Amino acid sequence: MQEISNYTKIILPSYSKNEGLARMYVSAFASQLDPTIEEINDIKAAVSEAVTNAIVHGYRNTTGDITLQLRIINHDTLYIKISDKGVGIPDVKKAMEPLFTTCPEEERAGLGFAVMESFTDRIRVSSKVGRGTSVTLIKRLSGRTER
Amino acid sequence: MSVQFCYGKEQLTAYLKGDIDHHTAAEMRMELDGELEHTMPFLVILDFGEVGFMDSSGIGLILGRARLLSGWGGKLLIASPSEQVRKILKLSGLERMIKNERKS
Repeated sequence: MQEISNYTKIILPSYSKNEGLARMYVSAFASQLDPTIEEINDIKAAVSEAVTNAIVHGYRNTTGDITLQLRIINHDTLYIKISDKGVGIPDVKKAMEPLFTTCPEEERAGLGFAVMESFTDRIRVSSKVGRGTSVTLIKRLSGRTER
Repeated sequence: MSVQFCYGKEQLTAYLKGDIDHHTAAEMRMELDGELEHTMPFLVILDFGEVGFMDSSGIGLILGRARLLSGWGGKLLIASPSEQVRKILKLSGLERMIKNERKS
């Protein structure tokens, strides 16, 4: 049984200046789980990569909404879903390969998914060309205090 | 200004300040390239002491500048990374660019 003890949702326009805002929003929400600094930094990095992907790839040359849905599950797990209604990814498996990038000229290192994968416990990517992309990240937090 | 430059005897140190993400990296890149292309230094130290957070955009920033410097035989090193920055560097295999890093 999954118990959701708190949840929130925010919609941000895909301006690059909102990357920092998205990180702050998620880390503020996650702070109720009393995470370690390292855990917060991991979450911030993973969120930053997902939001940047939505801005750089999903809404390339356009502006659209990015939705962040956050939940606390079973009092110790953070659920983060980052969705856009952008161009979508034709080949998700290929896009998730380390160093794969469609924007080398903009110095995108192709490490976004590698960061998301290694800094969270689980990642699920669903995408439809022309419809958009959703990235779900799950991270269990050890917590510094007894719950 | 998100980058401050300090000329030493044999190197140029560039002090980066603030979070590095896709948004802020664009400005840092412009400031860095303006200075580097103008002075063409042979050794550049990128100092991350005042960088609280970096995502993979920082990797693009580092590699892009290293490539620019290699155009005239210059070299790039990284100084004072926080634990968070170090973790991103490690994931990308760029730990070897950290100045004075002991090989263990």
